[in-house]
Amino acid sequence: MKLSLGAMAEPGSTRVTKTGAWRTFVPQLDHAACIKCSLCEIYCPEACIHQVDGLFVPDLDYCKGCGVCANECPRKAIEMILEEK
Amino acid sequence: MADSSANAGLKLESMKVVEGSYALAHAVMCCSPDVVSAYPITPQTHIVEHLSQFVADGLMPSEFITVDSEFSALSALVGSSVAGARCYSATTSQGLALMFEVLYNVSGMRLPVVMTVANRALSAPLSIWNDHQDSMGVRDSGWIQLYAESVQEAVDLTPIAYKIAEDEDILTPAMVCMDGFILTHVYEPVQLLDLETVNEFLPPYTPKIVLDPKNPKTFGAFVDPSMFTEYRYMQCQAQNKALSAIERADREFSEIFGRSYGGLLEVYGGDDAEVMLIAMGSVSGTIKDTIDELRSDGVKVGLTRIRSFRPFPVEAIRKAVADAHVIAVIEKDVTVGNDGALVSEIKAALYNSKVGIPVIGFAVGLGGRDVTVADVKRAVAKALAAKDGRMDHEFEFLSLREELL
Repeated sequence: MKLSLGAMAEPGSTRVTKTGAWRTFVPQLDHAACIKCSLCEIYCPEACIHQVDGLFVPDLDYCKGCGVCANECPRKAIEMILEEK
Repeated sequence: MADSSANAGLKLESMKVVEGSYALAHAVMCCSPDVVSAYPITPQTHIVEHLSQFVADGLMPSEFITVDSEFSALSALVGSSVAGARCYSATTSQGLALMFEVLYNVSGMRLPVVMTVANRALSAPLSIWNDHQDSMGVRDSGWIQLYAESVQEAVDLTPIAYKIAEDEDILTPAMVCMDGFILTHVYEPVQLLDLETVNEFLPPYTPKIVLDPKNPKTFGAFVDPSMFTEYRYMQCQAQNKALSAIERADREFSEIFGRSYGGLLEVYGGDDAEVMLIAMGSVSGTIKDTIDELRSDGVKVGLTRIRSFRPFPVEAIRKAVADAHVIAVIEKDVTVGNDGALVSEIKAALYNSKVGIPVIGFAVGLGGRDVTVADVKRAVAKALAAKDGRMDHEFEFLSLREELL
């Protein structure tokens, strides 16, 4: 990759550049406790929690580990766990 | 006045006695900027007023954006410039200080904006008069900085600045610094530029990548620590390329207009100078007069007038002072807490070179105090003493009024 003059970027650059590397905590979902209210999907500021085969799953390529989902979950079915890399 | 090679291109019958600000605004008009945005501030105001008048009178087909502040003025040009417009602004002192953040955006985004700085002191204490503390304070902002000695040179530097800034290998904004009041408000004979000849010298600005809603892009994007260093490195490379571009532009300007100023710097007084004075801007005129007087008394004095402060012409300076016995830097600024910015950089430029002569510096003309022939002679006397091993101070305030302290 060569740098563009003046830091010019094409739109949609995060399709290539993953932005989840800053994360300290990672959400862990207890699917048995989940009532599928979808509040985690709605409140996620990165819009990176998606329904996959009926289950809510964070996209860890973009999840910043902010914990908003865990805070909003009415069943406390999401726990933020220290991510060890 | 400018030196003899600069005077060579002047034809008395076609010169006009005009105010410096008018001459400068006229030069800007001849460069056909697409967008002008500036906020009036003394002593830059007349430049902006004249440009506004030219636009209102239909003489200049530019978009004139009126704004609430200097911050907005330069920000408006960021957007205009990425949209592909040739952009112009002018400011001074507190206005330049208010632009500080945007200056880095313009240079970092590699936008070839040209701006006149009508040099003025910075408050406090409040002063509307001339010195170089404003532009020296933004020395590290990534802009090219060219300093004019005369109104004619400020005029001529305007298309030259565009030519250098818009060079596709450089793409770096440029400030043309002219001393507030001393040059902006003086009436003197000037060879005004004309649109046709400027067009011959300055090709239209045709950027390769522009802001376009049909093909959206992000300009000045976020960069993480893995790449920021390389962006600054590329800016430094562009400034290095500007060194030769400034020399080249001076030659090309001379071929078309007949006036040459020496490129990165001008050396005055002869090759045998033992005392080499170094200065920037209009004070050089007084220094040249003093040199003429001292030379007639047999004192071998010369002047190296720095025209390009950014990029700083290290090699050209080493060459210019190679045969001198002592250097005295006369500058209109002070770096509070250390000495003057120019003397510091001159010393740094010589440190790893073969030039091993004493260098002393003087702060002069702060807040608009006149710099006289007697002042310059005092500096020369101190330089001669330093040459003989009697250096009282490495840096001092010349002609300090000690009775007030």
